[in-house]
Amino acid sequence: MIPATFDYVRAGSVDEVIGLLGEHGDDAKLLAGGHSLLPLMKLRLAQPALLVDIGRLRELSYVTEEEDVIALGALTRHHDIATSPVTLSSVPLLAHVAGQIGDPQVRHRGTIGGSICHGDPASDLAAVLLALGATFVAQGPNGRREIDAQDFFVSFFEVALRSDELLVEIRVPRPLDARWGFEKLTKRAQDWAIVGAVAVRSRSGVGVGLINLGPVPLRSSAVEAAVVAGSNAAEAAAFAAEGTEPSADFNGSVAYRQHVARVLVRRALEKAGV
Amino acid sequence: MQIDITVNGTAESHDVEARTLLVYYLRDAVGLKGTNVGCDTTSCGACTVLLNGESVKSCTVLAAQVAGEEVTTIEGLALEDGRMHPVQQAFQECHGLQCGYCTPGMVMAITSLLAENPDPTEEYIRLGLEGNLCRCTGYHNIVAAALAASQALEMRQ
Repeated sequence: MIPATFDYVRAGSVDEVIGLLGEHGDDAKLLAGGHSLLPLMKLRLAQPALLVDIGRLRELSYVTEEEDVIALGALTRHHDIATSPVTLSSVPLLAHVAGQIGDPQVRHRGTIGGSICHGDPASDLAAVLLALGATFVAQGPNGRREIDAQDFFVSFFEVALRSDELLVEIRVPRPLDARWGFEKLTKRAQDWAIVGAVAVRSRSGVGVGLINLGPVPLRSSAVEAAVVAGSNAAEAAAFAAEGTEPSADFNGSVAYRQHVARVLVRRALEKAGV
Repeated sequence: MQIDITVNGTAESHDVEARTLLVYYLRDAVGLKGTNVGCDTTSCGACTVLLNGESVKSCTVLAAQVAGEEVTTIEGLALEDGRMHPVQQAFQECHGLQCGYCTPGMVMAITSLLAENPDPTEEYIRLGLEGNLCRCTGYHNIVAAALAASQALEMRQ
């Protein structure tokens, strides 16, 4: 399968990217590692007129530790997140999940920013970043702005970036004394989750993320509220399907997926020490 | 567009379309047919090559994306004196293949895995090969070859 023709520009700086986006608008598409976009282009489900390759903007690939925050450059690869001493010591949940995406070859190319901006409701990283209360930093012609993870995922494969903005950084509040659980149901190792759940409990509270249970990655405020109110894992997990709208396909019905969500949320909560 | 890539240590320069995937750049422009196209959907790993020493699936990389970088294919793995690379040698000795279609990708994937972890467990190898499918062997001898190769590489150092 070969993508449709496109014009190709390799961007040399963030400012150049923003300029190109301003000029070409929705005709332009950013290419990071390409492991979400290129498969879509090969299937001709995406046919951008202009591909702006941002993959060489090395200044957007880093994992750094600030006082209360772990900052990840948008072009940090899954492999680097899985093996970074910073994530391994300060946010091991993130390292664990990044290390399970796709396979080693995919993790050598795919980036956290590309994955997030793709807006796939089945994304493991998106649900984890929701549960961790992350903030996304967008840069556009008027400078930078921060977007709460909860406001970022707008609808099916649509995120809150404007057409002349790019995601430059992901900021994760350092979870203090955190325990966590990450559970996903797949038929084969490489697969996207049919259903997945993540729970984080730290001194600053509890976060629960749901994978593939609606048009966007979800944060389960109903489960979180139950935990805060003193429910145990089984009691709180009973609320896991609230507000979810999973689609039915050959992997399972709506009722099946909602049932699995309750099971996986309970397991994740138990691992998180709830 | 003109795309320059160092392939197996040789500077290559070819005029190809921007949409050319790395695997077709290697096979059709450079003429190295050792890298196979299997599923063409980032699943099977038959097209695995090394990009700056790390395994990637060349059906899901544009040649343009890696202009200026170093790519190693199965043809570039043999030692300078013509002997097989320890991973290739281990595949022969452990009978790590049957039809051979997945083999170039398997060898490249394992070479990358062993570069990242020279002292692997069987579990590390099995998890590390989740992106490479083999429909013949049942993987047993492939995993055995990977472990044998890790020991051969260790002895060489």
